[in-house]
Amino acid sequence: MRTPLSEVRGLGSARGGTGEFIAQRVTSVALLFLLIPFLILLVALNGEPHQRVVETIASPFVAILLVAGIAVTIVHMRVGMQVIVEDYVHAELPKFALLIGNWLFSWGVGLIAIFAVLKIAFGG
Amino acid sequence: MAETHLKAARPISPRPLSPHLSIFRPLITMVMSIVHRITGAGLYFGMALLAWWLIAAAIGPGAFDVANAFFGSWFGRLVLFGFTWAFLHHLLGGIRHLIWDTGAGYSERARNGLAWATLIGSVILTLVVWIVGYTVR
Repeated sequence: MRTPLSEVRGLGSARGGTGEFIAQRVTSVALLFLLIPFLILLVALNGEPHQRVVETIASPFVAILLVAGIAVTIVHMRVGMQVIVEDYVHAELPKFALLIGNWLFSWGVGLIAIFAVLKIAFGG
Repeated sequence: MAETHLKAARPISPRPLSPHLSIFRPLITMVMSIVHRITGAGLYFGMALLAWWLIAAAIGPGAFDVANAFFGSWFGRLVLFGFTWAFLHHLLGGIRHLIWDTGAGYSERARNGLAWATLIGSVILTLVVWIVGYTVR
């Protein structure tokens, strides 16, 4: 006699789930503070000439706001997309391919964006 | 075989699984929930555009002009407008989820109120962000 519970017993838990659940909420609280100034900055700089954009990003508070906003967003979006993948993709191979791709895309985009801000901020 | 045991244990007539999205009348809570997920996924890919704009600015005026030709155009501005709205809708939807995490806000009145506040608030906040953005320019 096998019950539905016995089917999953012994398979082990995913372990990291609680940490990601908490990370999703902590990053969302951080974004409550970061996001609106972040968006105002993007709107204010939209379509402006290179010189002015670079000068603005190079100012310390703007650079800190951008790096913080990007880093927190990357953590948040990586966990969020993982939830979406786990909700809709159940076959093992596509699921793992998408989960790995999710990590690479998120941190790839994050690395490019953060490096760009730091390069501008440090006067490059 | 384990496989046959597993099959035998399943009920002969499987219980219905929710949600049957296609037979429900759309409710504001359900629509805002779906929009929260769609805006989240859209913002995910939108971050690549932000990375493009930033790295172009870091590379130099030549690369920046190419990016700026897109972002500075009416279409680029429209994309940024949609991006800010999606961000702010997702932000307000997130506040709703944080409230629910505390165990509050589950009454019918609260649920519907929060859902409408998310939608109306996102439009108002988007306009505020654009007005402030253009004022501080």
